[in-house]
Amino acid sequence: MNRPIRNIAIACLVLFVALLVNINYVQFVEADSLNAKNGNKRVINEEFSRDRGAILVDGQPVAESVKSKDDYKFQRRYPDGGLYAPLTGFFSYVYGRGGLENSQNSVLSGSDNRLFVNRVVDLVSNKQPKGGSVELTIDPLAQKAAAEGLERLGKNTKGSVVALDPQTGAILAMVNQPSYNPNRLASHDFSAVQKSWDALTKDKNQPMINRGTQQTLPPGSTFKLVTAAAALEDGVVDNIDDQIKAGSRLTFPGIQYTLPNENGGNCGGDRITFERALNVSCNVAFGALAGKIGQKRLAEQAAKFGFGTDPLDGLAANASRFTVGDNKLEAPQLAQSGIGQYEVAATPLQMAMVAAGIANGGDVMKPYVVKTVRSPNLRVLERGNPERLSQAMSSSNAAKLREMMISTVNVGTATSAKIAGVEVGAKTGTAQSTADRPPYAWFVSFAPAKDPKVAVAVLVESSDTARDEIAGGRLAGPIARSVMEAVLGK
Amino acid sequence: MTTPAWVPRKRRGAEFFLTVLAVFIGIAAYAAVGLGAEGTIPADTYKLGGALIVVAIATHLIVRRVAPYADPVLLPLVIALNGLGLAMIYRIDLGCEEGGCGTYSPHANAQLMWTGLGIVAFTGILVLIRDHRRLQAFTYTFGFAAIALLVLPLMPVIGRNFYGARIWIAIGPFNFQPGEAAKICLAIFFAGYLVVKRDALALAGRRIIGIDLPRGRDLGPILAGWLISVGILVFQRDLGSSLLFFGLFVVMLYVATERPGWLVVGSLLFAAGTWFGYLAFGHVQERFDTWQDPFNQPKGYQLVTGLFGMAHGGVLGQGLGQGSPQLTPFSYSDFIAASMGEELGLTGLMAIIVIYGLIVERGLRISLTCRDAFGKLLAAGLAFSFALQVFVVVGGVTRLIPLTGLTTPFMAQGGSSVVMNWAIIGLLLRISDQTRRPAPEISTFDSDEETQVVKLS
Repeated sequence: MNRPIRNIAIACLVLFVALLVNINYVQFVEADSLNAKNGNKRVINEEFSRDRGAILVDGQPVAESVKSKDDYKFQRRYPDGGLYAPLTGFFSYVYGRGGLENSQNSVLSGSDNRLFVNRVVDLVSNKQPKGGSVELTIDPLAQKAAAEGLERLGKNTKGSVVALDPQTGAILAMVNQPSYNPNRLASHDFSAVQKSWDALTKDKNQPMINRGTQQTLPPGSTFKLVTAAAALEDGVVDNIDDQIKAGSRLTFPGIQYTLPNENGGNCGGDRITFERALNVSCNVAFGALAGKIGQKRLAEQAAKFGFGTDPLDGLAANASRFTVGDNKLEAPQLAQSGIGQYEVAATPLQMAMVAAGIANGGDVMKPYVVKTVRSPNLRVLERGNPERLSQAMSSSNAAKLREMMISTVNVGTATSAKIAGVEVGAKTGTAQSTADRPPYAWFVSFAPAKDPKVAVAVLVESSDTARDEIAGGRLAGPIARSVMEAVLGK
Repeated sequence: MTTPAWVPRKRRGAEFFLTVLAVFIGIAAYAAVGLGAEGTIPADTYKLGGALIVVAIATHLIVRRVAPYADPVLLPLVIALNGLGLAMIYRIDLGCEEGGCGTYSPHANAQLMWTGLGIVAFTGILVLIRDHRRLQAFTYTFGFAAIALLVLPLMPVIGRNFYGARIWIAIGPFNFQPGEAAKICLAIFFAGYLVVKRDALALAGRRIIGIDLPRGRDLGPILAGWLISVGILVFQRDLGSSLLFFGLFVVMLYVATERPGWLVVGSLLFAAGTWFGYLAFGHVQERFDTWQDPFNQPKGYQLVTGLFGMAHGGVLGQGLGQGSPQLTPFSYSDFIAASMGEELGLTGLMAIIVIYGLIVERGLRISLTCRDAFGKLLAAGLAFSFALQVFVVVGGVTRLIPLTGLTTPFMAQGGSSVVMNWAIIGLLLRISDQTRRPAPEISTFDSDEETQVVKLS
């Protein structure tokens, strides 16, 4: 009977070797991917018990971990409540992470490969591992000014403000209203967290979406800047005092539809200068220009400013669009597109990039929000570098468009953005959507004209203001002005 | 004059040294759990450690007295596993004190008591059964006992259904899984039965593709064994025990007859039974689907959480008391291997599996060297069933094979399992004592004396 017993022994050996190989697979080969899986409570618990790094704005934390006396060693805290929520996102035991808390998680939690040496040192010296910190490009004064500006329009106002440094692409302000308080999601009282989450996700005003980067809406007359840029670049218009077609209505051969001006005016004549057309935001003039430029060239110009691509890393963002897909536009639709209607839809960030590109001599910079990433011992791991996204227009054409935007502030529709002693360029927009809801008020601007420091886009989706009083200049202009003043230190 | 031809070394000294080491592992694990989970060594470590040392040494002394030639490695291996298991159960008690385990009552004390009973069973077997061959006389008694034990959970008053398997009986406050005892009874029955019938079963039948297949009329016993295991699957819904009993039977049949044909027949029957189970029972299908893709299956939570724990433990483990094994349902019983993997790491879990492997190896070695057919068969059966049980439960927890409900010997919480596994070790030691004991003395005469028919003095 010994031969079968020996065979059984070999069979048992095979069984045990299979077990050993398999646990090596689970605990060594597959371990990292298992640890990264969704809903892995052990990893979440560990992250919650760790001294997570801070998110800083101008050296002050806007998200930080403070010692906690309950089951978890640390509590995530957001000192400014909802003000920075579009940027920081949230850090929740129950619902995971959002915003920069998510995209910068490896550094903040300390699990980043660049922090490997730190972890080894912590292990050897028996210290709790710490996360690195992330400093943002945000200007706290601009951020506050933007939030206060939206708040002044009333509690029910929905809107967003994005400010950029035109020369670098650094995001100086990004504010939403309504926003949400990430402290409510970071709490260790999980039933309260669940209630807050349910309330936030069911809220029809969608306080948790980042309107500045995610909400694409028709940009209205602010899009005339793109049309103007295309006209200059294509040679459809050469100088700002060239006479172009205007009047009270744009008609199309063989079609009954006509394109009127806002408020039914005639823009001051059948032929006016290019500059005046922008100053008074003449729909007829820009509708006609769009027709001359053509869909292809206009779409290309929009793409040069960043339409059609998601320009931002680290935060959820949607690409702006000129047309849906590759739709072929009929003449009236092309004219409407030229004034930022029909299928054109842009985020506030995109419109800020348009203003910034014009201010920066035609060079559109890639927006970024992370200024420096530091290890726990403050060694710099990464710096946000200015990077050119594209050259949207030649610097001489940019200078012409800049001049037109400045005169729009001085004598045109955008007088609300005037700042004493500073040359400011701006463009208003009032975009129609459906008849049963108020139009969107837009405002884009930059300052100062020479050596630009700030470009702003303001979007007010709806407010307590009566419908016939809504105009980009009146509602959104003052907000843009106060943000620019904050950046310029006025 | 007498001169024994060969006297095997008793090796009791080695056993003593290894036992001290094993006891140290258990006490150190207990202290480490306290240090890791609460920052202090548990206050009763000295008391408990002292008791453990006394019990271990007493056990060692009893073995020294009643089975002096027994295998010296088995007892320390088992003490090490039992100690680690107790420490882990205590650790999960601590983890669950803070909540998060639902309604949870601590298990460590009960497990300690069961371990004591297990050692009593172990020494009882060694003291009462001085020669394992006596058991052969009770072959059919054990056969009936096994069937009675298997049927007990199906009885109306005492039978209990926990977690979907009707394999429990309740007597007073205690729940008992008679299947564990049935396993030993069956092994004894099979061994006794096969010793008698092996020649008949070994008769050559047809030879197909180089394998001797048994004659049709000899298929009776294996079909009976198969029907019993299918019966367990159908009536008790216990896939693990079904596999275990059938595997035990087929392998003992193979060892007794030396004919691999039985393995072929057995595998085919098993495959057919499993296929039938898969088609007929939702819970078998569910187990299989969960094994295939645990991350997207509603019942995959336990398996996935166990795997997460093992992955989190990584190569070196979180350290005793410093992981969160209590997150996994049944982390103290069915999933104790995953808990070990989390806190002791890949390294610790590999060591534990190697300990199990050594136990199996010692058991098969006893079987190899045993001089009588009954002892050989019994030792081989017990060792193989032990190996199969470890493979099925650890393989299930680590997602090598579909998960089935079997206990992890000596570590998992559960009274019947601990007591019966100690009994198995008692039987193995008894057989090995018989095996290694020097042959009976044979008197020889000097050649001078041979001629001297009558010595006058």
